[in-house]
Amino acid sequence: MNQHEHVIEVTDLRRVYGGGFEAVRGITFSVDRGELFALLGTNGAGKTSTVELLEGLAPPAGGSARVLGHDPYEERSKVRPRIGVMLQEGGFPSELTVSETVRMWAGCTSGARPTGEALELVGLGRRSGVRVKQLSGGEKRRLDLALALLGRPDVLFLDEPTTGLDAEGRQETWELVRELRDGGTTVLLTTHYLAEAEELADRLAILHEGRIAASGTPAEVTASQPSRITFELPDNYFLGDLPPLAELGVTDHDTDGRTVRLRTHELQRTATRLLLWAERARVELRGLDVRSASLEEAFLRIAREAAGTSASSSGAEMATDAQGSRDGTKAGNAKAGKGTAA
Amino acid sequence: MRTGAPASAGTTTPAGRMAALARAELTLLSRTKATLFAALFVPLVLPFTLRSAVDEMDLDGTGLSVGSVLLPSAIGFSLLFAVYSSLVTVYAARREELVLKRLRTGELRDSEILAGAALPSVAIGLVQCVVLSAACAALLDLGVPQAPHLALVGLLLGLVMWPALAAVVSSFSRSVEGAQVAAMPLLLISMLASGTLVPLEILPDRLASLCELLPLTPVVTLIRGGWTGDLSAYDALGAVATAVAWIVLAVFAVRRWFRWEPRR
Repeated sequence: MNQHEHVIEVTDLRRVYGGGFEAVRGITFSVDRGELFALLGTNGAGKTSTVELLEGLAPPAGGSARVLGHDPYEERSKVRPRIGVMLQEGGFPSELTVSETVRMWAGCTSGARPTGEALELVGLGRRSGVRVKQLSGGEKRRLDLALALLGRPDVLFLDEPTTGLDAEGRQETWELVRELRDGGTTVLLTTHYLAEAEELADRLAILHEGRIAASGTPAEVTASQPSRITFELPDNYFLGDLPPLAELGVTDHDTDGRTVRLRTHELQRTATRLLLWAERARVELRGLDVRSASLEEAFLRIAREAAGTSASSSGAEMATDAQGSRDGTKAGNAKAGKGTAA
Repeated sequence: MRTGAPASAGTTTPAGRMAALARAELTLLSRTKATLFAALFVPLVLPFTLRSAVDEMDLDGTGLSVGSVLLPSAIGFSLLFAVYSSLVTVYAARREELVLKRLRTGELRDSEILAGAALPSVAIGLVQCVVLSAACAALLDLGVPQAPHLALVGLLLGLVMWPALAAVVSSFSRSVEGAQVAAMPLLLISMLASGTLVPLEILPDRLASLCELLPLTPVVTLIRGGWTGDLSAYDALGAVATAVAWIVLAVFAVRRWFRWEPRR
């Protein structure tokens, strides 16, 4: 294959299921050698449906997918020896031991690593004699990763690789994936952990209802989103008592009781002017929270906009997920807010 | 068991890949006691419980002996229980555990997955047939087969046909238990009407000619003819054609309808 060709090339890809449900509705992206590309999305956004087409498990209903210059479905035998796949859900006989599973898979994998090496790689070395059914959810994910890495693949497909892992396990997997990427492995990863995409991805695409809603580097995707300033109006003050919002660089605002939320693409300018005004007026902006756009903001906004007012069940699930992390970062934001204010 | 399973570097071959899969399946079979019992003992024990019934059959004028009734039945039971029935369970279990889907992401071709998973059961069936033949020859004065090539062709056709039928039947169920139920109709019909429990020679003609179209019948006919040596070339060809037709039909159905993933 030509070095300059894209390792993964997806053009106007479509997938329609038997019942007529269109899971993937014309998406286009490419991944270069040694790049880590993340597909983000709510459950049901089409991440797995897309990855399965790239793995060659099904033919596309339209458009094309190329992996290492070949059609992954029609030219399976050319592509398979060079890719490693981790499905969203295991797929191992529960009565085999860990090492028996790896040995079976090694017999079906060109240039397979020795069993011990593969298990050490994912930290399962001491569990080799254990039956698969006795592994924890996280250990099963590691076993799956070991099998994906068994043939030293050029391209790695990881479908939600850290679901079910604890924080430490997640860090270890990230470290391993980064090492592989640095070694030249091309990685396509799906996740609904925004932090995971922010941490690992060179580039990413946010999928929503089978279409790409946003794509680029994590910085590019978040840059298109406004930053946010939240505070409580001081007693006896009204919104009209603030300097004209347009002058502050505010693009959009809303209020909730006495809480004011401002959105801006010029965070520094808006924050500076707001704080200077408060200083001059000798008022305290309680609950001040200054926050630059994050992938999470971008994601939620895109999901909200695309979903309109009707919160689909998958959207609701994602929102809960994000809610959790938002609560988790509150303390951090308060600190960040203080830092900005100081 | 290390044959053809390259443990480290090198490009894999179809034989090597299937051997690796078959080895894992053999390990799994040895750990599923119920399936193992049904596969190993039922076909070996069942024929001998039939012996008293066969002794009382009116075989005069049919050209059959107790041995030439019992042995093809025994081999038929082996195909039904050790091969067909256990493979329906195996395919359904691997599908439900997403093993089939996972295997399809690797270098194995679809046909290699199905064949590799079937190998241990087919091997057990083959060994049973050899053991049963030797036992019948020794215990029932059956003697040597008069037309061994017919028996061999019948056995080989059976060993290809029943895994394929098992794959088809396993596709029509949502669980392992469901698959075992789905396997029953063909199992019962084959036991009753393919010349295993009752030789077709003592059935009314019209019923017998209908029964000849069942999948197990040509296998039983060929094996019985192999021992008695009195199967005409015409009848032998007819049996082979019926068996081949079933194989073609089953392979077509597998390609068309086999489910690699559970219904969700």
